Amino acid sequence: MLEQTLSVRFFARLREELGTEHLTMPAHAGQTAADLLATLANRGGPWAQLNTGQPVMIAINQAMAKPQSPVKPGDEVAFFPPVTGG
Amino acid sequence: MPQNSSASSQAVPSVSIQNADFDAAQEYAQLRDSGVGTGAIATFTGLVRDSGDRQGVTGLFLEHYPGMTEQIISDLITQAGQRWDVRKARVIHRIGRLPLQSQIVFVGVCSTHRGDAFAACEFIMDALKTSAPFWKKELTDAGEHWVEQKASDVARTEGW
Repeated sequence: MLEQTLSVRFFARLREELGTEHLTMPAHAGQTAADLLATLANRGGPWAQLNTGQPVMIAINQAMAKPQSPVKPGDEVAFFPPVTGG
Repeated sequence: MPQNSSASSQAVPSVSIQNADFDAAQEYAQLRDSGVGTGAIATFTGLVRDSGDRQGVTGLFLEHYPGMTEQIISDLITQAGQRWDVRKARVIHRIGRLPLQSQIVFVGVCSTHRGDAFAACEFIMDALKTSAPFWKKELTDAGEHWVEQKASDVARTEGW
């Protein structure tokens, strides 16, 4: 059976500092966006900033979400700094 | 029912995200062509200036989240239409590298009366700044830095 995965995207300062625009992660039952951030922060180095209380905005399938929002296989989850358009 | 059913039948998309510049006069003409009931048009244009988080800004680089950006701005226009009389609305936001004095963003709203046009235009612009996924980097001779979100911008949006 194929492993179930979800897609993670990073934008702006996070994309640059993590040196990563996109990655694929395993998707587990009962997972939340905060769980993904904790897993990624464990990579250490620049990734540790994902779990230090710095504001990280979250979108799931291109709609704004919260740390406690559930994620499921096939989702597109994005993490990015507070937005600064206009 | 779509609330803009009484507006012009011209198929102008209400939201455009593009690198290319825009012609504000042409956008105004399109807004003006919104039926005999239109009594007011409010427009806002944002420009690249030489100071922001730091002095000596020589330009901006703008990044966005394709797809989500368009959806969020469309939702803001819908929200504006639920609160005010909006006969037609248009938002253009540029991305990529923009030199000083470039146009960055255009918001235009047609209403029956000026109060609704002013309010809806200001609401869309304020809410866009704090909810649409754009990120701005300031370019200077000394290097470049990502712009920080301003508490004052968040407070303006919360005020609506």
